[in-house]
Order: sequence, then C-alpha cells, then structure tokens
Amino acid sequence: MAVEKTAPAIELINVSRRFLSPTGKSLTAIRDFTMTVERGEFVAVVGPTGCGKSTTLNLVTGLASPSAGEVRVMGAPVKGIDPRIGFVFQTDALFPWRTVIENVMAGPLFRGKPKAQAQASARDWLARVGLARFEQHYPHQLSGGMRKRVALAQTFINGPEILLMDEPFSALDVQTRVLMHEELLRLWSEAKASVVFVTHDLEEAIALADKVYVLTAGPATVKSVYTIDLPRPRVVADIRYEQRFIDYSRTIWADLKEEVETSYARAAA
Amino acid sequence: MTDATVNIPTTAFRPGTSDAEIEAAAAKAAVHRRHTVTFWRLGILLVFLGLWEIAGRMAWIDPFFYAMPSTIAARLYEWITEGTSEGPLWYHLYVTMEESVLGFVTGSVAGIIIGVALGRNRMAADIFSIYIKVINSIPRVVLAPIFIMILGLGLASKVALAFVMVFFVVFHNAFQGVREADRAMIANARILGASDWQLTRSVIVPSAMSWIFASLHVSFGFAIIGAIVGEFVGSRYGIGLLINIAKGSFDAAGMYAAIVIVMVVALGAEYLMTMVESRLAKWRPQPLHETQ
Repeated sequence: MAVEKTAPAIELINVSRRFLSPTGKSLTAIRDFTMTVERGEFVAVVGPTGCGKSTTLNLVTGLASPSAGEVRVMGAPVKGIDPRIGFVFQTDALFPWRTVIENVMAGPLFRGKPKAQAQASARDWLARVGLARFEQHYPHQLSGGMRKRVALAQTFINGPEILLMDEPFSALDVQTRVLMHEELLRLWSEAKASVVFVTHDLEEAIALADKVYVLTAGPATVKSVYTIDLPRPRVVADIRYEQRFIDYSRTIWADLKEEVETSYARAAA
Repeated sequence: MTDATVNIPTTAFRPGTSDAEIEAAAAKAAVHRRHTVTFWRLGILLVFLGLWEIAGRMAWIDPFFYAMPSTIAARLYEWITEGTSEGPLWYHLYVTMEESVLGFVTGSVAGIIIGVALGRNRMAADIFSIYIKVINSIPRVVLAPIFIMILGLGLASKVALAFVMVFFVVFHNAFQGVREADRAMIANARILGASDWQLTRSVIVPSAMSWIFASLHVSFGFAIIGAIVGEFVGSRYGIGLLINIAKGSFDAAGMYAAIVIVMVVALGAEYLMTMVESRLAKWRPQPLHETQ
C-alpha cells in the first residue's frame, strides 16, 4: 500500500483515444494527453467546444478505455468503474420517478448499504445542500439550480475521493451558477476530494481551480497548464473583480483564443 | 447612488383586477367550461340516439337490420333480468372477461420481459428482430381457427388469441422504451454503483414505464378483441357467442346489445387503467394546460 499512499489521484500518461464515428470512420478524440491531478487538487480543463474534453473524464471513470498510453487512478491502472469516483453530469441525470431523497439514497442502496442508514445519510446531505424541506419533491418540481444541488448531494453521499465534473453548471443562469460555485467549493473543502472540472467557461475555471489545463482544438492535447495562485477560501462572486484574476483571465484567454479560432474555422470550412 | 428611491403610487389597479376577483373569475370560467363540455357531450349522444330511433320508426332505415335504441335497450333489459337463450348474461360476460384478463396479463408480462431483455441485449435483438417482424406481419385473427383446432373450444384457445394480440404491442413499446432510456441517466447509475441487474430494475424499467403504459391502454382492448373473435369462431360461452347466435337468428337488437356490453366493459377497463397509471406516474410533470 506504500504506492497507494504517495501516488497522485489521477495520472493520464501519453493517452490517446480513438473511437468509431457513427458513419464508421475512426476518429481521434485525444492525442498524447498527459495530466496529473494530485490528492485534494482542483483541476479545471478548458478547451474549445467539441475538442474531446469529456473523453478525458470517461477515460478516468473506466466508461472508455485508452487506445494508447496509460490511465492511473490512485496509482493503479483503471479497471472498470472505480467506486472511489463520483461524476456530475452536464445534463440532468437524476431519476425523475424518484423523489429527491430517493435520488440521493440511490448510491448507498446500489452499494448495498441498509435502507435506514442510506436514508439518514441522505437527510444529512440534503440538509448540507439546503434542500431539507424538499426531500419528498420530485425533480420536475424543482428549479434547475436545486436539481443540480440534488445531483451534488447524490454524488457526495458516496464519499468520492475523486470528483469528475463535465460542464455541470453550463445549463444554469449566471446568478445561480455563482451560487453553485460557492456551494461546490464549500463541499469540496469539506470532502477533500480531487476534482477534475471540465468547462468551456474560462472564468469559471479560474475562479474554482488550483490548476487550469488548456487543451488544443481536437484531437485534444494539453497546450499549456496554468497554476492559479489565488488564496482560498475564495468568494466566487467577488473574486472576478480582483486584479490578479483579471490578469490570469487575460493571459489564459490569449492562449485559448487561438484554439477556439482554429476550431471555429474548421467547423465553418 | 443611494438617492434612487422611486415613489410608486399605491393602489392604481382598475376595478376587477384584484387578486380575489381574478381568481374568482378564473374559477367561474372553469366551471362554465366544464358545464359546456358536459352539455355538448350529452347533447350529441341524445341527438344521435334520437335520430336513430326516429329514423327506425319512420322506416327511413330498416329496423330489421339496424334495430333501434329502444329495442336494444329492451333486449339488454331482458338479458339482464331473464338471461339469454344460452343461459345467464353474467356467465357469458364472466367467461369473456376471464379470457381477456388472462390473455392481457400473460401477454403484457411476456411482452415486458422479452421486450426489456431484447432491449438490453443488442446482439439478441438483431438476431430475433427478423422473426418478430415475420410473426408480427401475420394478421392475428387468422390464428383463431388454428388455436381452436389445437386447444379446443374452451378457455385456452381464447386466452392464446388474446395473448398474441397483446404481446406484440407491449413487446414493441417495452423494447422501444428501453432503447430510449437516457444515456446520462444510465452512466450516472453505473457510477453511483449500480450492478447490471440493479440498473435494469431501477433505471431501465422505470424509464420505459411510460412507453409500456401507453401500450397497456390499447392492449386491453386488443385482448377483448382476441377473446371475442375466438368465441366467434368456436365456443360454448361468451359475448362473442351471443353475437354469433344473434347473427344466426337475424336478431339485430341482440347484436347491438352485445356490442354495448363490450363497450361498457372496455370503457371501464380504460378508466381503471388510467387510474392505476396516474397513481404510478405521480412523478411526471402535469401538462401545462390540463384538459380532460
């Protein structure tokens, strides 16, 4: 277990991933991709739309396997779905026929916990995301922001050591999104998980992360890595007006812009 | 920028726009609307039956073929109070219902199980889909004589026919429902820790449930068709037999009376089904404008 203790949470070493397009052609989504996420680190991945950002997450969950290179989680190669991983989806992935509390209980019940224990723990998590009063509601009765908070509780209840997030807040309005950022940072600082947060929103990435990976236009590879040295705890609503934030923003955007333009030009061609 | 207070003059509402008045007006409109719907529903029925009766009495149409509402009602009354020429009406109704319900239950259970199984297994679906298409292309009622030849005049042949009528409808919807299950939801369940069986039971089947229910609605009607056609072709009891005998004795009122009975039963079943469904589907958002 000596290896397990010291190894980074996630390592992608020279990973490539090819997949078959619906028309039967082989496409390369990511190429020579190398990334390391330390324990407890918050990493954001930004890149142009459709460059293969989500593929990196699927490789870590084991839902997809690499065509070349190696993916390691806690020092060991990925084999199937790792129970230490939690995933928050871009789209609404709650079960609409279950009440809020039943949705949050799903993880522990799937993993064979007794019902009473799952319920108690679900109550606790709902209270932490401020939805204690809504446990008997169905997802369609909640607002988009509330549904996301249920999704967070549903993921955090399993106590994930690694948290993967695929543009989780992109469907929310700007004000709700800022609230969700605060919520996420609070939960993250309590849970001490390692996070990979995929987004196309650069400001979101800088406000949340310790490190920002900028990807090239597809096939994606790492273009540059920026360490965001802003003090924590951060107040997301205010941080964007700080000079250092603006400097980071300007520098990284200059970098990202080229890729966005390349990607845009390709789509137009 | 602290002096930006705006003075809004209070209570400049026009008369008739207070909360209470608006709500009262809406409630009144809803009641009115319901009454209008009921009025027209009843009105159209009465006009239809009235015209039929008059047309029969004035000999615009031949009552020998078309009967009249009054003779049909008289025949129903006679069947209910004195029984039919073939014994008590209730027994015939019971036999037809028994056949329909058995065929419906077995057909839909088999349809759901096989639909979900094939929906979950691409390879098996590709292999079997051709056979299902072939069998599905057979008009189901032509199987009636075969079933009666093999299974006899009793219950089994009718249940078999009702079964094949129901099975394919439910199968198709269950299969489609499984295929339409949301990808993100499935991935979510997997990462939350669901095993294959848990995934099927607590994600795939519930998400296919609205598809399955849509098919159950129509398929009870199909089960009744199966039972009655089977009784038509050969049986000793049942509503189909009553229709057959009425046909043999040129008893138009008897035929229509049997049809009315089947109609009432089918409507009752539909009502029950809707009740069960709205119970099970209480998680679903209400449509924006609730119309009946």
